[in-house]
Amino acid sequence: MAGTSPAATKWDAKEFSPRYGQDFRAGANRVKIRRFKMRQIAQALCAAAVAFAAAGSVDAATLDTVKQRGVLNCGANGTLPGFGLPDSQGNWTGLDVDFCRAVAAAIFNDAAKVKFIPTTASNRFAALQTGDIDVLARNTTWTLSRDAQGLNATGVNYYDGQGFIVRKALKVNSALGLNDAAICVQQGTTTELNLADYFRANRMRLKTVTFATLDEALKAYETNRCDAFTTDASGLYGSRLKLAKADDHVVLPEIISKEPLGPFVRQGDDQWFDIVKWVHFAMLNAEELNVNQKNVEEQMKSQNPEIKRLLGTEGNFGEQLGLTKDWVYRIVKLVGNYGEVFDRNVGQGSPLKIARGLNALWTKGGIQYAPPIR
Amino acid sequence: MDAPTAAAAPTTESAALAYVRTAPAAAVSPPLATAGVLAWLRERLFPNLSSSLMTIVIVLLLIWIVPPLIDFLIVNATWTGSDREACLATAERPVAGACWAFIGDRFAYLMYGSYPIAGRWRVDLFFAMLAFGTAWLLWLEAPRRDLGAVYFFAVLPVTSFVLLHGFEAIGLPVVDTALWGGFTVTIVVAAVGIVVSLPIGIVLALGRRSELPAVRLLSTLFIEFIRGVPLITVLFMASVMLPLFVPESWSPDKLLRALVGVALFSSAYMAEVVRAGLQAMPKGQYEAAHALGLSYWQTLRLIILPQALTVTIPNIVNSYIALFKDTTLVFFVGIFDFLKTIEVARADPNWATPVTSATGYVFAALVYFVCCYAMSRYATGIEKRLSTGERR
Repeated sequence: MAGTSPAATKWDAKEFSPRYGQDFRAGANRVKIRRFKMRQIAQALCAAAVAFAAAGSVDAATLDTVKQRGVLNCGANGTLPGFGLPDSQGNWTGLDVDFCRAVAAAIFNDAAKVKFIPTTASNRFAALQTGDIDVLARNTTWTLSRDAQGLNATGVNYYDGQGFIVRKALKVNSALGLNDAAICVQQGTTTELNLADYFRANRMRLKTVTFATLDEALKAYETNRCDAFTTDASGLYGSRLKLAKADDHVVLPEIISKEPLGPFVRQGDDQWFDIVKWVHFAMLNAEELNVNQKNVEEQMKSQNPEIKRLLGTEGNFGEQLGLTKDWVYRIVKLVGNYGEVFDRNVGQGSPLKIARGLNALWTKGGIQYAPPIR
Repeated sequence: MDAPTAAAAPTTESAALAYVRTAPAAAVSPPLATAGVLAWLRERLFPNLSSSLMTIVIVLLLIWIVPPLIDFLIVNATWTGSDREACLATAERPVAGACWAFIGDRFAYLMYGSYPIAGRWRVDLFFAMLAFGTAWLLWLEAPRRDLGAVYFFAVLPVTSFVLLHGFEAIGLPVVDTALWGGFTVTIVVAAVGIVVSLPIGIVLALGRRSELPAVRLLSTLFIEFIRGVPLITVLFMASVMLPLFVPESWSPDKLLRALVGVALFSSAYMAEVVRAGLQAMPKGQYEAAHALGLSYWQTLRLIILPQALTVTIPNIVNSYIALFKDTTLVFFVGIFDFLKTIEVARADPNWATPVTSATGYVFAALVYFVCCYAMSRYATGIEKRLSTGERR
């Protein structure tokens, strides 16, 4: 191939020309060397292209990548109060945000080593799959299709579901009392479908008033066009604060749909999957064992075997995950247990004041339950 | 007064012409119908039936809109406060107007986003340098505008990058672009788009009119491809697809991706604007330049581009204004520009009231209006100055 290229022919012809002599031989060698290099470069490029294609699909060890980078890339919401929202100083706050901080605390012993990357509903999964983010903690509903399509839900850090808000004056204390009520709802959402299902299942008559945006629906409810307003419970409390007289309205206890929200990771890295999964379980176990930010130093001296295993004074459970023995101590010390994080971001310690409800521990009437560390 | 005195000393000639005045008559004010407020009203507002009707309709509209607007924005507005309680309607104050206290509380966030508080002086310095450079370049009587151009196009980009992004070697810690936000990002994206799009646009426009087939084809392909897809698609391609093709360590910064996307997009539009100007130049201009012995580049630099760009100023500024507003689309790839920070701020439950969203959007509208109107007025001034030759 090299011999037939026009450049080679040209040089060969010149090589026999007496005018060039010795000097030219050196030139010919240079050309050969250059040609050889070109081939090498081309081969290297091909190999690299294949390697990139492979690298695109599976990231071998996310933990190593994260440690090497020195910062955890966390896909967050950015516009949902209580879950992911920058405050007036630009610091990120929220339940999901604190979850990422907990992962960073477990890895780096520094809850600040997180880079929050705002994601939208449409680009969040692509961001995870391309490696832009290591964890997606963005109030994402765990569904079968998402698990099947190259993602792994690591657990449920918030059991959400659709709820109702009504005027106190209406004196309704259950969603079952909403027969014949006009209900304001956002158009074209699963919320609208769930609503119809619920009313049909309970043999109640439904009058929906639909709007293009949630804000419009809320406005209509406020101006008495409907008796009730419905959306996911996590958003319901935030919406209530937008009403002129928030105290005149009450959130009904019924949750009529299943929206389990949780952090996601890429499929194909079981170690990373385990770490993210167990960070959540560790926070739940800490709450269950009453290990919190304030008493964690004392609890390090505890003789309770469960607490000893949790905080790493006994056994090497953190090391089995690829972390350190004191991983839970770090999480609780720097971020807090699940109950504290919940309270601070969405519970009684926040403006939203969402009741624990389903998100209470299994010992307290909820369904938050973590496998034991042993 | 004077008239009887004049009449009392007649001469023979003046007696014959007794009707000639010897002193000016006192000035009579013009008829009401042709001067003064009434005439102005009649001429400008009620010249005929249709205009009169129009005037009445517009006045009614203003009466309908303006007083409630003033009530909302100023009279009933809340100016101070530390949380949502301040902006809620109470028994003493049944109507709550705009919640300016909310804007005051969130102002720093709207300007800087999540930029570290300790480093915000760097953003301020960047704004000051940008304002200085813009004034130097745009104020036509400024001294040494050639130096101004060097400052604006060479010194400013480098120092801005060092300031905003940071440079460890001189003690400025690096600030990740994920933390940039608010008005800072809007200005950075718009400035890069505006500064980059004109030169690239000119090159593409010349390329499209070139007589070299390869150059023409490539320019046309680029322009038509970029113009054929929406900006959101370009941004999505840059932010979502690009990382799929290159390994993680190679993938450029997220903001940089968006900047490149915006710059390419605006260049393609700018190219068509400039091409319109080039096509408006009569063939005689080229021929005259050639007859004078000017080379292709001399012709362009001295004859064609000055005229072509002058006639396209309205369109160029139009593109700039559109670009400035299009910067809001970068939020789709997870960058918090000014409008998005407003969205974030209004979602905050600490400030959630019935008027918070409206206040936020009014503020956004004001800021965008001020920026765009300033561009528009400046362009009008330039047009007036450059069109001296066409005025009589």
